[in-house]
Amino acid sequence: MGIHMLIELGYVLASGLFIYGLKMLGSPATARKGNMVSAIGMLVAIVAALLDQGIVDFTYIVAGIVVGGAVGALAARMIAMTSMPEMVALFNGLGGAASLLVGWAALTPDANVFTLVTIVLSILIGGITLTGSLIAWGKLSENLGSGATTFSGQQIVNSLVVLGVIASAVMFALEPSNSMWLYLVIGLSLVFGIMAVIPIGGADMPVVISLLNSYSGLAACAAGFAIGNNVLIVAGSLVGASGIILTQIMCKAMNRSLSNVLFSGFASVSTEVTEVEGEIKPISAEDAYYILEAATNVAIIPGYGMAVAQAQHVVKELCELLEQNGAEVNFGIHPVAGRMPGHMNVLLAEADVPYDQLLEMDEINPRMESVDVAIVIGANDVVNPAAREIESSPIYGMPVINVADAKTVFVLKRSMASGFAGIENPLFYKENTRMLFGDAKESIGILIREFS
Amino acid sequence: MLGAEYLLFILMLSVFLGFELINKVPATLHTPLMSGANAISGITVVGAIALAGNGNADTAQWLGAAAVALATINVVGGYMVTDRMLGFFKKKVG
Repeated sequence: MGIHMLIELGYVLASGLFIYGLKMLGSPATARKGNMVSAIGMLVAIVAALLDQGIVDFTYIVAGIVVGGAVGALAARMIAMTSMPEMVALFNGLGGAASLLVGWAALTPDANVFTLVTIVLSILIGGITLTGSLIAWGKLSENLGSGATTFSGQQIVNSLVVLGVIASAVMFALEPSNSMWLYLVIGLSLVFGIMAVIPIGGADMPVVISLLNSYSGLAACAAGFAIGNNVLIVAGSLVGASGIILTQIMCKAMNRSLSNVLFSGFASVSTEVTEVEGEIKPISAEDAYYILEAATNVAIIPGYGMAVAQAQHVVKELCELLEQNGAEVNFGIHPVAGRMPGHMNVLLAEADVPYDQLLEMDEINPRMESVDVAIVIGANDVVNPAAREIESSPIYGMPVINVADAKTVFVLKRSMASGFAGIENPLFYKENTRMLFGDAKESIGILIREFS
Repeated sequence: MLGAEYLLFILMLSVFLGFELINKVPATLHTPLMSGANAISGITVVGAIALAGNGNADTAQWLGAAAVALATINVVGGYMVTDRMLGFFKKKVG
Protein backbone atom coordinates (compact mmCIF):
# COMPACT_ATOMS: atom_id res chain seq x y z
CA MET A 1 0.00 0.00 0.00
CA GLY A 2 1.48 3.27 -1.10
CA ILE A 3 1.79 6.30 1.12
CA HIS A 4 -0.66 8.15 -1.13
CA MET A 5 -3.31 5.50 -0.44
CA LEU A 6 -2.67 5.80 3.29
CA ILE A 7 -3.18 9.57 3.15
CA GLU A 8 -6.43 9.19 1.26
CA LEU A 9 -7.69 6.60 3.76
CA GLY A 10 -6.78 9.00 6.58
CA TYR A 11 -8.99 11.63 4.95
CA VAL A 12 -11.86 9.16 4.62
CA LEU A 13 -11.53 8.23 8.30
CA ALA A 14 -11.41 11.92 9.28
CA SER A 15 -14.57 12.66 7.29
CA GLY A 16 -16.34 9.77 8.99
CA LEU A 17 -15.30 11.02 12.42
CA PHE A 18 -16.57 14.55 11.65
CA ILE A 19 -19.92 13.13 10.59
CA TYR A 20 -20.20 10.85 13.61
CA GLY A 21 -19.14 13.68 15.94
CA LEU A 22 -21.89 15.94 14.56
CA LYS A 23 -24.39 13.13 14.97
CA MET A 24 -23.45 12.85 18.65
CA LEU A 25 -24.07 16.58 18.99
CA GLY A 26 -27.76 15.70 18.59
CA SER A 27 -28.15 15.21 22.35
CA PRO A 28 -26.64 17.11 25.29
CA ALA A 29 -25.78 13.78 26.93
CA THR A 30 -23.38 12.72 24.14
CA ALA A 31 -22.37 16.14 22.81
CA ARG A 32 -19.09 16.48 24.68
CA LYS A 33 -17.93 13.08 23.46
CA GLY A 34 -19.05 14.04 19.97
CA ASN A 35 -16.84 17.11 20.05
CA MET A 36 -13.95 14.88 21.09
CA VAL A 37 -14.65 12.48 18.19
CA SER A 38 -14.64 15.42 15.80
CA ALA A 39 -11.33 16.66 17.27
CA ILE A 40 -9.78 13.20 16.77
CA GLY A 41 -10.97 13.37 13.16
CA MET A 42 -9.10 16.64 12.77
CA LEU A 43 -5.97 15.12 14.26
CA VAL A 44 -6.16 12.20 11.81
CA ALA A 45 -6.58 14.62 8.91
CA ILE A 46 -3.59 16.71 10.01
CA VAL A 47 -1.35 13.64 10.48
CA ALA A 48 -2.39 12.40 7.03
CA ALA A 49 -1.56 15.79 5.54
CA LEU A 50 1.89 15.70 7.17
CA LEU A 51 2.65 12.37 5.45
CA ASP A 52 2.49 14.12 2.07
CA GLN A 53 5.64 13.27 0.09
CA GLY A 54 5.68 16.74 -1.43
CA ILE A 55 6.68 18.25 1.91
CA VAL A 56 10.41 18.92 2.02
CA ASP A 57 10.56 21.51 4.78
CA PHE A 58 8.60 21.25 8.03
CA THR A 59 9.92 24.49 9.56
CA TYR A 60 7.06 26.71 8.46
CA ILE A 61 4.41 24.08 9.18
CA VAL A 62 5.63 23.58 12.74
CA ALA A 63 5.96 27.33 13.28
CA GLY A 64 2.40 27.89 12.03
CA ILE A 65 0.95 25.11 14.18
CA VAL A 66 2.80 26.23 17.32
CA VAL A 67 1.82 29.89 16.95
CA GLY A 68 -1.78 29.12 15.97
CA GLY A 69 -2.19 26.47 18.63
CA ALA A 70 -0.92 28.74 21.40
CA VAL A 71 -3.17 31.63 20.36
CA GLY A 72 -6.19 29.36 20.00
CA ALA A 73 -5.68 27.61 23.34
CA LEU A 74 -5.22 30.91 25.14
CA ALA A 75 -8.34 32.42 23.57
CA ALA A 76 -10.43 29.33 24.42
CA ARG A 77 -9.39 29.47 28.07
CA MET A 78 -9.69 33.22 28.60
CA ILE A 79 -12.97 33.96 26.89
CA ALA A 80 -15.98 34.81 29.07
CA MET A 81 -19.19 33.03 28.05
CA THR A 82 -20.96 36.37 27.57
CA SER A 83 -18.37 37.11 24.86
CA MET A 84 -18.87 33.87 22.89
CA PRO A 85 -20.59 35.69 19.98
CA GLU A 86 -17.51 37.89 19.48
CA MET A 87 -15.20 34.88 19.59
CA VAL A 88 -17.25 32.94 17.06
CA ALA A 89 -17.37 36.00 14.81
CA LEU A 90 -13.60 36.39 14.98
CA PHE A 91 -13.01 32.67 14.37
CA ASN A 92 -15.30 32.77 11.34
CA GLY A 93 -13.07 35.52 10.00
CA LEU A 94 -9.88 33.54 10.59
CA GLY A 95 -11.36 30.54 8.79
CA GLY A 96 -12.22 32.80 5.86
CA ALA A 97 -8.71 34.26 5.84
CA ALA A 98 -7.13 30.79 5.83
CA SER A 99 -9.26 29.75 2.84
CA LEU A 100 -8.39 32.96 1.01
CA LEU A 101 -4.66 32.27 1.51
CA VAL A 102 -4.95 28.61 0.47
CA GLY A 103 -6.88 29.59 -2.67
CA TRP A 104 -4.27 32.22 -3.50
CA ALA A 105 -1.34 29.85 -2.85
CA ALA A 106 -2.95 27.12 -4.96
CA LEU A 107 -2.56 29.27 -8.07
CA THR A 108 -0.11 27.63 -10.46
CA PRO A 109 0.74 28.71 -14.01
CA ASP A 110 -0.73 25.50 -15.48
CA ALA A 111 -4.11 25.68 -13.67
CA ASN A 112 -7.14 24.79 -15.82
CA VAL A 113 -10.34 26.84 -16.00
CA PHE A 114 -12.21 24.73 -13.42
CA THR A 115 -9.39 25.17 -10.91
CA LEU A 116 -9.19 28.89 -11.65
CA VAL A 117 -12.91 29.29 -10.99
CA THR A 118 -12.63 27.46 -7.66
CA ILE A 119 -9.58 29.54 -6.72
CA VAL A 120 -11.57 32.71 -7.41
CA LEU A 121 -14.46 31.38 -5.32
CA SER A 122 -12.30 30.52 -2.34
CA ILE A 123 -10.63 33.95 -2.46
CA LEU A 124 -13.97 35.69 -2.88
CA ILE A 125 -15.90 33.86 -0.15
CA GLY A 126 -12.86 33.83 2.12
CA GLY A 127 -12.32 37.56 1.69
CA ILE A 128 -15.97 38.46 2.32
CA THR A 129 -15.99 36.20 5.39
CA LEU A 130 -12.79 37.78 6.72
CA THR A 131 -13.77 41.46 6.64
CA GLY A 132 -17.48 40.82 7.22
CA SER A 133 -16.61 38.87 10.38
CA LEU A 134 -14.23 41.56 11.57
CA ILE A 135 -17.00 44.16 11.27
CA ALA A 136 -19.45 41.81 13.03
CA TRP A 137 -16.86 41.27 15.76
CA GLY A 138 -16.41 45.03 16.12
CA LYS A 139 -20.14 45.56 16.44
CA LEU A 140 -20.65 42.72 18.93
CA SER A 141 -17.74 43.77 21.13
CA GLU A 142 -18.87 47.39 20.76
CA ASN A 143 -15.46 48.46 19.51
CA LEU A 144 -17.44 49.82 16.59
CA GLY A 145 -20.85 51.38 17.11
CA SER A 146 -23.43 48.60 17.21
CA GLY A 147 -25.88 50.55 15.07
CA ALA A 148 -26.45 50.31 11.34
CA THR A 149 -24.13 52.51 9.25
CA THR A 150 -25.89 53.96 6.25
CA PHE A 151 -25.00 56.81 3.93
CA SER A 152 -26.56 58.28 0.83
CA GLY A 153 -25.58 56.51 -2.35
CA GLN A 154 -24.79 53.31 -0.46
CA GLN A 155 -26.80 51.21 -2.91
CA ILE A 156 -24.86 52.64 -5.84
CA VAL A 157 -21.48 52.09 -4.16
CA ASN A 158 -22.45 48.51 -3.28
CA SER A 159 -23.63 47.79 -6.82
CA LEU A 160 -20.34 49.11 -8.19
CA VAL A 161 -18.36 46.91 -5.79
CA VAL A 162 -20.38 43.83 -6.82
CA LEU A 163 -19.88 44.62 -10.52
CA GLY A 164 -16.17 45.19 -9.90
CA VAL A 165 -15.85 41.84 -8.09
CA ILE A 166 -17.60 39.97 -10.91
CA ALA A 167 -15.61 41.72 -13.64
CA SER A 168 -12.24 41.18 -12.00
CA ALA A 169 -13.12 37.54 -11.22
CA VAL A 170 -13.97 36.89 -14.86
CA MET A 171 -10.83 38.67 -16.06
CA PHE A 172 -8.74 36.64 -13.62
CA ALA A 173 -10.14 33.37 -14.96
CA LEU A 174 -9.44 34.49 -18.53
CA GLU A 175 -6.01 35.93 -17.88
CA PRO A 176 -4.52 34.29 -14.76
CA SER A 177 -0.97 35.32 -15.64
CA ASN A 178 -1.80 38.99 -15.09
CA SER A 179 -1.59 39.29 -11.31
CA MET A 180 -3.37 42.65 -11.34
CA TRP A 181 -6.70 40.77 -11.65
CA LEU A 182 -5.81 38.54 -8.72
CA TYR A 183 -5.07 41.53 -6.48
CA LEU A 184 -8.27 43.22 -7.64
CA VAL A 185 -10.34 40.17 -6.74
CA ILE A 186 -8.72 39.99 -3.29
CA GLY A 187 -9.07 43.73 -2.62
CA LEU A 188 -12.65 44.02 -3.83
CA SER A 189 -13.86 40.96 -1.94
CA LEU A 190 -12.38 42.44 1.24
CA VAL A 191 -14.19 45.73 0.53
CA PHE A 192 -17.40 43.84 -0.24
CA GLY A 193 -17.32 42.07 3.14
CA ILE A 194 -17.16 45.43 4.91
CA MET A 195 -19.92 46.99 2.80
CA ALA A 196 -22.20 43.99 3.30
CA VAL A 197 -22.11 44.08 7.10
CA ILE A 198 -21.93 47.79 8.04
CA PRO A 199 -25.60 48.52 7.18
CA ILE A 200 -26.81 45.72 9.49
CA GLY A 201 -27.77 46.73 13.02
CA GLY A 202 -26.61 45.12 16.25
CA ALA A 203 -29.94 43.36 16.89
CA ASP A 204 -29.52 41.39 13.66
CA MET A 205 -26.00 40.16 14.46
CA PRO A 206 -27.22 36.63 15.39
CA VAL A 207 -28.32 36.24 11.76
CA VAL A 208 -25.09 37.70 10.42
CA ILE A 209 -22.73 35.51 12.44
CA SER A 210 -24.76 32.41 11.52
CA LEU A 211 -24.48 33.36 7.87
CA LEU A 212 -20.74 34.12 8.12
CA ASN A 213 -20.31 30.76 9.87
CA SER A 214 -21.83 29.19 6.80
CA TYR A 215 -19.55 31.22 4.51
CA SER A 216 -16.44 30.11 6.40
CA GLY A 217 -17.48 26.53 5.62
CA LEU A 218 -18.23 27.30 1.98
CA ALA A 219 -14.84 29.00 1.66
CA ALA A 220 -13.13 25.86 2.96
CA CYS A 221 -15.22 23.88 0.50
CA ALA A 222 -14.10 26.07 -2.41
CA ALA A 223 -10.48 25.77 -1.27
CA GLY A 224 -11.01 21.99 -1.31
CA PHE A 225 -11.97 22.19 -4.98
CA ALA A 226 -8.98 24.44 -5.71
CA ILE A 227 -6.51 21.90 -4.34
CA GLY A 228 -8.57 18.79 -5.19
CA ASN A 229 -8.94 17.59 -1.61
CA ASN A 230 -12.17 15.85 -0.63
CA VAL A 231 -11.86 16.13 3.15
CA LEU A 232 -12.02 19.93 2.80
CA ILE A 233 -15.14 19.57 0.70
CA VAL A 234 -16.88 17.25 3.18
CA ALA A 235 -15.96 19.27 6.29
CA GLY A 236 -16.62 22.60 4.56
CA SER A 237 -20.07 21.61 3.36
CA LEU A 238 -21.03 20.27 6.82
CA VAL A 239 -20.13 23.68 8.27
CA GLY A 240 -21.89 25.44 5.40
CA ALA A 241 -25.09 23.47 6.01
CA SER A 242 -24.90 24.13 9.74
CA GLY A 243 -24.61 27.88 9.25
CA ILE A 244 -27.46 27.99 6.75
CA ILE A 245 -29.80 26.10 9.10
CA LEU A 246 -28.97 28.38 12.02
CA THR A 247 -29.51 31.42 9.79
CA GLN A 248 -32.96 30.12 8.85
CA ILE A 249 -33.87 29.47 12.50
CA MET A 250 -32.80 32.97 13.52
CA CYS A 251 -34.72 34.62 10.68
CA LYS A 252 -37.85 32.61 11.50
CA ALA A 253 -37.58 33.55 15.17
CA MET A 254 -37.51 37.22 14.21
CA ASN A 255 -40.21 36.77 11.57
CA ARG A 256 -37.98 38.36 8.94
CA SER A 257 -36.67 37.13 5.65
CA LEU A 258 -32.94 36.87 5.11
CA SER A 259 -33.03 39.52 2.39
CA ASN A 260 -34.91 41.83 4.76
CA VAL A 261 -32.13 41.46 7.33
CA LEU A 262 -29.33 41.89 4.80
CA PHE A 263 -30.68 44.71 2.68
CA SER A 264 -32.86 46.89 4.88
CA GLY A 265 -31.57 48.63 7.97
CA PHE A 266 -33.49 48.10 11.17
CA ALA A 267 -34.49 51.78 11.07
CA SER A 268 -37.43 51.36 8.70
CA VAL A 269 -39.77 50.48 11.57
CA SER A 270 -43.07 52.36 11.44
CA THR A 271 -43.50 54.34 14.64
CA GLU A 272 -47.25 54.04 14.67
CA VAL A 273 -48.59 54.63 18.17
CA THR A 274 -50.47 51.60 19.37
CA GLU A 275 -53.30 52.11 21.83
CA VAL A 276 -52.38 50.27 24.99
CA GLU A 277 -55.11 49.92 27.57
CA GLY A 278 -54.72 49.39 31.28
CA GLU A 279 -52.22 50.71 33.74
CA ILE A 280 -48.81 49.77 35.06
CA LYS A 281 -49.00 47.94 38.40
CA PRO A 282 -45.70 47.98 40.26
CA ILE A 283 -44.99 45.44 42.97
CA SER A 284 -42.43 45.41 45.77
CA ALA A 285 -40.01 42.49 46.09
CA GLU A 286 -41.60 41.64 49.46
CA ASP A 287 -45.08 41.31 47.94
CA ALA A 288 -43.63 39.35 45.02
CA TYR A 289 -42.18 36.92 47.56
CA TYR A 290 -45.63 36.14 49.02
CA ILE A 291 -47.01 35.30 45.58
CA LEU A 292 -43.95 33.18 44.71
CA GLU A 293 -44.12 31.35 48.01
CA ALA A 294 -47.62 30.14 47.14
CA ALA A 295 -46.70 29.18 43.55
CA THR A 296 -46.32 25.52 42.57
CA ASN A 297 -45.33 26.09 38.95
CA VAL A 298 -42.89 28.84 37.99
CA ALA A 299 -41.53 29.71 34.55
CA ILE A 300 -38.52 31.97 34.16
CA ILE A 301 -38.11 33.80 30.84
CA PRO A 302 -34.61 35.24 30.57
CA GLY A 303 -33.41 37.76 28.01
CA TYR A 304 -30.01 39.19 27.23
CA GLY A 305 -30.64 41.78 29.96
CA MET A 306 -30.17 38.99 32.49
CA ALA A 307 -26.67 38.32 31.17
CA VAL A 308 -25.85 42.04 31.11
CA ALA A 309 -26.88 42.31 34.78
CA GLN A 310 -24.79 39.15 35.47
CA ALA A 311 -27.90 37.83 37.23
CA GLN A 312 -27.76 34.19 36.05
CA HIS A 313 -26.15 32.92 39.25
CA VAL A 314 -28.71 34.56 41.57
CA VAL A 315 -31.46 33.31 39.25
CA LYS A 316 -30.15 29.77 39.72
CA GLU A 317 -30.14 30.33 43.51
CA LEU A 318 -33.75 31.54 43.45
CA CYS A 319 -34.65 28.56 41.28
CA GLU A 320 -33.25 26.16 43.91
CA LEU A 321 -35.13 27.89 46.73
CA LEU A 322 -38.38 27.68 44.77
CA GLU A 323 -37.82 23.98 44.19
CA GLN A 324 -37.10 23.39 47.89
CA ASN A 325 -40.40 25.16 48.48
CA GLY A 326 -42.08 22.48 46.35
CA ALA A 327 -42.50 24.37 43.09
CA GLU A 328 -41.68 23.12 39.60
CA VAL A 329 -39.36 25.57 37.85
CA ASN A 330 -38.67 25.73 34.13
CA PHE A 331 -36.89 28.19 31.89
CA GLY A 332 -38.45 29.32 28.62
CA ILE A 333 -35.79 30.20 26.06
CA HIS A 334 -36.65 32.17 22.95
CA PRO A 335 -34.33 31.45 19.99
CA VAL A 336 -33.19 35.09 19.82
CA ALA A 337 -32.99 35.62 23.59
CA GLY A 338 -29.19 35.86 23.52
CA ARG A 339 -26.82 37.37 21.01
CA MET A 340 -26.21 34.20 19.03
CA PRO A 341 -28.17 30.95 18.57
CA GLY A 342 -28.29 29.04 21.86
CA HIS A 343 -26.34 31.71 23.75
CA MET A 344 -28.79 31.92 26.67
CA ASN A 345 -28.60 28.15 27.20
CA VAL A 346 -24.81 28.29 27.56
CA LEU A 347 -25.03 31.19 30.03
CA LEU A 348 -27.57 29.29 32.16
CA ALA A 349 -25.64 26.03 31.89
CA GLU A 350 -22.57 27.88 33.13
CA ALA A 351 -24.65 28.95 36.17
CA ASP A 352 -25.35 25.22 36.79
CA VAL A 353 -28.94 25.17 35.55
CA PRO A 354 -29.55 21.59 34.31
CA TYR A 355 -30.30 21.45 30.58
CA ASP A 356 -33.53 19.50 31.03
CA GLN A 357 -34.96 22.58 32.74
CA LEU A 358 -34.28 24.72 29.66
CA LEU A 359 -37.36 24.54 27.46
CA GLU A 360 -37.64 25.84 23.92
CA MET A 361 -40.41 28.29 23.08
CA ASP A 362 -42.57 25.60 21.46
CA GLU A 363 -42.28 23.43 24.54
CA ILE A 364 -43.09 26.08 27.13
CA ASN A 365 -45.97 27.84 25.36
CA PRO A 366 -48.52 25.00 25.66
CA ARG A 367 -47.68 24.71 29.36
CA MET A 368 -48.01 28.41 30.08
CA GLU A 369 -51.67 28.21 31.18
CA SER A 370 -50.76 25.96 34.10
CA VAL A 371 -47.94 28.27 35.22
CA ASP A 372 -48.68 30.21 38.43
CA VAL A 373 -45.94 32.79 38.06
CA ALA A 374 -43.94 33.66 34.95
CA ILE A 375 -40.87 35.74 35.77
CA VAL A 376 -39.52 37.81 32.88
CA ILE A 377 -35.91 38.85 33.48
CA GLY A 378 -34.28 41.31 31.10
CA ALA A 379 -36.43 40.22 28.16
CA ASN A 380 -38.83 42.47 26.31
CA ASP A 381 -39.55 41.93 22.63
CA VAL A 382 -39.51 38.12 22.89
CA VAL A 383 -42.46 38.23 25.32
CA ASN A 384 -44.33 41.08 23.62
CA PRO A 385 -47.98 40.07 23.03
CA ALA A 386 -48.21 42.77 20.35
CA ALA A 387 -46.58 40.21 18.07
CA ARG A 388 -49.80 38.20 18.32
CA GLU A 389 -52.45 40.83 18.95
CA ILE A 390 -51.63 44.08 17.18
CA GLU A 391 -51.45 43.82 13.42
CA SER A 392 -49.92 47.25 12.97
CA SER A 393 -47.01 46.37 15.27
CA PRO A 394 -43.63 46.09 13.52
CA ILE A 395 -43.05 42.76 15.23
CA TYR A 396 -46.49 41.38 14.34
CA GLY A 397 -46.17 37.71 13.39
CA MET A 398 -42.93 37.13 15.29
CA PRO A 399 -43.26 34.01 17.46
CA VAL A 400 -43.12 35.00 21.15
CA ILE A 401 -43.36 33.31 24.52
CA ASN A 402 -46.94 33.73 25.71
CA VAL A 403 -46.22 34.74 29.29
CA ALA A 404 -49.57 36.56 29.57
CA ASP A 405 -51.25 33.11 29.66
CA ALA A 406 -49.72 32.47 33.07
CA LYS A 407 -51.79 33.34 36.16
CA THR A 408 -49.36 36.05 37.24
CA VAL A 409 -46.47 37.66 35.37
CA PHE A 410 -43.60 39.42 37.07
CA VAL A 411 -41.52 41.66 34.83
CA LEU A 412 -38.13 42.56 36.27
CA LYS A 413 -37.13 45.78 34.61
CA ARG A 414 -34.87 48.72 35.31
CA SER A 415 -37.30 51.38 34.08
CA MET A 416 -40.15 51.85 31.62
CA ALA A 417 -37.91 52.39 28.57
CA SER A 418 -38.85 50.40 25.44
CA GLY A 419 -36.85 47.39 24.25
CA PHE A 420 -34.14 47.21 21.61
CA ALA A 421 -36.65 47.62 18.81
CA GLY A 422 -38.24 50.62 20.53
CA ILE A 423 -41.66 49.01 20.51
CA GLU A 424 -44.28 49.56 23.21
CA ASN A 425 -44.99 46.36 25.14
CA PRO A 426 -48.69 45.84 26.04
CA LEU A 427 -47.63 43.02 28.39
CA PHE A 428 -46.73 45.61 31.02
CA TYR A 429 -50.32 46.87 31.06
CA LYS A 430 -52.05 43.47 31.33
CA GLU A 431 -54.37 42.75 34.23
CA ASN A 432 -52.16 39.93 35.57
CA THR A 433 -48.79 41.67 35.12
CA ARG A 434 -46.83 43.13 38.01
CA MET A 435 -43.73 45.24 37.41
CA LEU A 436 -40.79 44.69 39.74
CA PHE A 437 -38.65 47.74 39.06
CA GLY A 438 -34.94 47.90 39.79
CA ASP A 439 -31.72 46.08 38.98
CA ALA A 440 -32.62 42.43 38.27
CA LYS A 441 -29.75 41.10 40.36
CA GLU A 442 -30.73 43.20 43.38
CA SER A 443 -34.45 42.40 43.09
CA ILE A 444 -33.74 38.67 42.98
CA GLY A 445 -31.31 39.11 45.87
CA ILE A 446 -34.19 40.50 47.99
CA LEU A 447 -36.42 37.57 46.98
CA ILE A 448 -33.68 35.11 47.99
CA ARG A 449 -33.28 36.81 51.38
CA GLU A 450 -37.04 36.58 51.95
CA PHE A 451 -36.96 32.86 51.23
CA SER A 452 -34.04 32.02 53.48
CA MET B 1 -5.56 15.48 -8.77
CA LEU B 2 -9.13 14.23 -8.53
CA GLY B 3 -11.66 14.89 -11.27
CA ALA B 4 -14.12 17.77 -11.00
CA GLU B 5 -17.18 15.55 -11.37
CA TYR B 6 -16.00 13.31 -8.54
CA LEU B 7 -15.51 16.31 -6.24
CA LEU B 8 -18.97 17.67 -7.11
CA PHE B 9 -20.44 14.27 -6.30
CA ILE B 10 -18.81 14.37 -2.84
CA LEU B 11 -20.10 17.93 -2.39
CA MET B 12 -23.69 17.00 -3.15
CA LEU B 13 -23.73 14.04 -0.78
CA SER B 14 -22.14 15.91 2.10
CA VAL B 15 -24.46 18.91 1.74
CA PHE B 16 -27.50 16.64 2.09
CA LEU B 17 -25.90 14.75 4.95
CA GLY B 18 -25.04 18.06 6.67
CA PHE B 19 -28.64 19.27 6.53
CA GLU B 20 -29.94 15.99 7.94
CA LEU B 21 -27.43 15.93 10.80
CA ILE B 22 -27.65 19.58 11.82
CA ASN B 23 -31.45 19.60 11.82
CA LYS B 24 -31.30 17.07 14.65
CA VAL B 25 -29.15 19.26 16.90
CA PRO B 26 -31.39 20.72 19.65
CA ALA B 27 -31.61 24.52 20.08
CA THR B 28 -29.96 24.28 23.48
CA LEU B 29 -26.70 23.20 21.78
CA HIS B 30 -26.65 25.76 18.98
CA THR B 31 -23.79 27.82 20.41
CA PRO B 32 -21.49 24.79 20.88
CA LEU B 33 -22.59 23.63 17.41
CA MET B 34 -21.42 26.92 15.98
CA SER B 35 -18.07 26.97 17.77
CA GLY B 36 -17.59 23.29 16.89
CA ALA B 37 -18.33 24.16 13.27
CA ASN B 38 -15.67 26.88 13.54
CA ALA B 39 -13.20 24.21 14.55
CA ILE B 40 -14.20 21.95 11.66
CA SER B 41 -13.84 24.81 9.17
CA GLY B 42 -10.21 24.92 10.31
CA ILE B 43 -9.83 21.83 8.06
CA THR B 44 -8.21 24.29 5.64
CA VAL B 45 -5.06 23.55 7.66
CA VAL B 46 -4.79 20.29 5.70
CA GLY B 47 -4.53 22.18 2.43
CA ALA B 48 -2.24 24.78 3.94
CA ILE B 49 0.25 22.19 5.25
CA ALA B 50 1.22 20.92 1.81
CA LEU B 51 1.70 24.47 0.54
CA ALA B 52 3.70 25.58 3.59
CA GLY B 53 6.10 22.68 3.24
CA ASN B 54 6.94 22.93 -0.45
CA GLY B 55 10.45 24.16 0.46
CA ASN B 56 10.57 26.61 -2.45
CA ALA B 57 10.65 29.73 -0.24
CA ASP B 58 8.17 31.21 -2.71
CA THR B 59 4.93 33.16 -2.21
CA ALA B 60 2.93 29.94 -1.92
CA GLN B 61 5.04 28.80 0.99
CA TRP B 62 4.60 32.06 2.89
CA LEU B 63 0.87 32.14 2.23
CA GLY B 64 0.63 28.51 3.26
CA ALA B 65 2.48 29.12 6.52
CA ALA B 66 0.18 32.02 7.39
CA ALA B 67 -2.84 29.87 6.54
CA VAL B 68 -1.53 27.05 8.76
CA ALA B 69 -1.31 29.47 11.71
CA LEU B 70 -4.78 30.98 11.14
CA ALA B 71 -6.49 27.63 10.61
CA THR B 72 -4.77 26.14 13.67
CA ILE B 73 -6.17 28.96 15.81
CA ASN B 74 -9.60 27.88 14.57
CA VAL B 75 -8.97 24.19 15.18
CA VAL B 76 -7.40 24.41 18.64
CA GLY B 77 -9.48 27.34 19.90
CA GLY B 78 -12.71 25.99 18.43
CA TYR B 79 -12.47 22.48 19.87
CA MET B 80 -11.22 23.68 23.26
CA VAL B 81 -13.90 26.32 23.78
CA THR B 82 -16.60 23.91 22.63
CA ASP B 83 -15.38 21.33 25.11
CA ARG B 84 -15.37 23.96 27.85
CA MET B 85 -18.95 24.94 27.03
CA LEU B 86 -20.26 21.40 26.75
CA GLY B 87 -18.73 20.70 30.17
CA PHE B 88 -21.29 23.13 31.64
CA PHE B 89 -24.26 21.15 30.37
CA LYS B 90 -25.46 18.86 33.12
CA LYS B 91 -28.58 16.81 33.58
CA LYS B 92 -30.73 17.37 36.62
CA VAL B 93 -29.72 15.02 39.44
CA GLY B 94 -32.49 13.16 41.20
